[in-house]
Amino acid sequence: MPIPLVSQPSPGPSAHSLVKLSGVGIARSGRWLVRDVDLEVRRGEIVTLIGPNGSGKSTVAKAAIGVHAPDEGRVVRQAGMRIGYVPQRMAVDPTLPLTVERLLCLTDTLRPAEVHAALALVGIPQLARAQVHRLSGGEFQRALLARAIARRPDLLVLDEPLQGVDFTGEVALYELIVRIRDETGCGILLVSHDLHVVMAQTDTVVCLNGHVCCRGSPQSVSRSPEYLALFGPRAAQTLAIYSHHHDHTHLDDGRVRLADGTITDGEDHHHGHGHGHEHPHEHPHGGA
Amino acid sequence: MLDDFFARALVAGIGIAIAAAPLGCFVVWRRMAYFGDTMAHSALLGIALSLLLGAQPMLGVFAVAALVSAALLLLARRASLSTDALLGILSHSTLAAGLVMVALMTSVRIDLLSLLFGDILAVTRFDLAVIYGGGAIVLVGIGGLWRRLLADTVSTELAQAEGLRPEGTRLAFMLLMALVIAIAMKIVGILLITSLLIIPAATARRFAGGPERMAVLAACAGVVAVVAGLFGSLRWDTPSGPSIVVAALALFLASLLVPRPRSLA
Repeated sequence: MPIPLVSQPSPGPSAHSLVKLSGVGIARSGRWLVRDVDLEVRRGEIVTLIGPNGSGKSTVAKAAIGVHAPDEGRVVRQAGMRIGYVPQRMAVDPTLPLTVERLLCLTDTLRPAEVHAALALVGIPQLARAQVHRLSGGEFQRALLARAIARRPDLLVLDEPLQGVDFTGEVALYELIVRIRDETGCGILLVSHDLHVVMAQTDTVVCLNGHVCCRGSPQSVSRSPEYLALFGPRAAQTLAIYSHHHDHTHLDDGRVRLADGTITDGEDHHHGHGHGHEHPHEHPHGGA
Repeated sequence: MLDDFFARALVAGIGIAIAAAPLGCFVVWRRMAYFGDTMAHSALLGIALSLLLGAQPMLGVFAVAALVSAALLLLARRASLSTDALLGILSHSTLAAGLVMVALMTSVRIDLLSLLFGDILAVTRFDLAVIYGGGAIVLVGIGGLWRRLLADTVSTELAQAEGLRPEGTRLAFMLLMALVIAIAMKIVGILLITSLLIIPAATARRFAGGPERMAVLAACAGVVAVVAGLFGSLRWDTPSGPSIVVAALALFLASLLVPRPRSLA
């Protein structure tokens, strides 16, 4: 195991693995975007992936759902699993006339009642007949979330689903995500760029920066008076703090050396590091 | 009725307009106008090659257009040049190569102008059969691809995440494009085929609330343009392709004067 585990979530005996990444690396034009990633999402579990911009969070999420094939390592998905995916960036060409209802039915045949239930769940029932390219950023995110939910997925992958959503909306959407998990028992992989505040119900937080820097479970915000004052009591139920326990650092010149001593910017940079991972090592760290 | 060359041209043109409309919508949505142009320009090379080999011209056009689109997909995957530059290279070099080959073939007399701009005198009964047979394949094909191609057009990643295989769908779409170009060539001419794909779709956009409706409206606009253009071509003795395109443009401009339906504004 190359990455020291701070704490492992208790999977429980009935836990069912939906997707498991083992030693996954993804390279583009001769450069490793991420390497050596181990990650598992089980049924009923919420895994939050955090890390600075460009740390490879979306890449890992895409590897998990099969959009990117791994260049090394293995991705095992449960056979016949239904995936609901909300991509980070997506724009519908304005020349394509598309209503929100139609967006929901793009790949699935849904009954009108199912469409409206999903839209009501995310709080935009009035937008069913609105043209997609006229929605605001937050409305569009909600429509995509409704679409992912309406498919009744086994695995829900949400890549920064809170873009363009205000703070109250954010808390409400987190509550909704937990509700979906509780009601359907699906597994959820959530990508967030917030390095410190995560969803309270998260079972495992994985901090990524070209590789897995650390992982663990979050601590409730309610335990920290400062955060409690900042977010208010309702948010304290929904949000949690994740404290990082890194055994390595990343240097200031933007390079990230992986656990096996390679450097992700493509330059071959040999260091006096052995390839064993028993000892903590210093990492070149791009100040994010 | 089909004994009359003009009736044959009308029937052919209407068939082409209907088959081209749904593909034209995808060309607009996927921003593939230049791609379509490149495939169409390669048609002359296809004609030259089929004359050389003694094959059916439409077959040669289809084969070369399909090859060019496959070459583009492969080149775009590995080359350091942008797709835009690749399209520019292929579009003009295939047209130029076709022109050079036709010029070199002194044994065959070819009416170059009618190939480039269409000719209403050129439609035979056999052409009609090919146009309607090919058109039917295009409509059935695009109907079968519709949902998957639309999902891929909205978001490739979403389509992939939900278990669709966009590459195969795109390849099938390219083949349908090649087929439309092959059957549209006689009436519209090589240089102007893309406009029959794009202008009716652009005209339909303002009045459509959904993708299917846009395709149907584009077909209507295309048929009107073809009929008006062919009558103009007959009346003023102008080449059929440019006449149809001018009619399509006039319809597009006129549509801008009509206020948009309130629900779509």
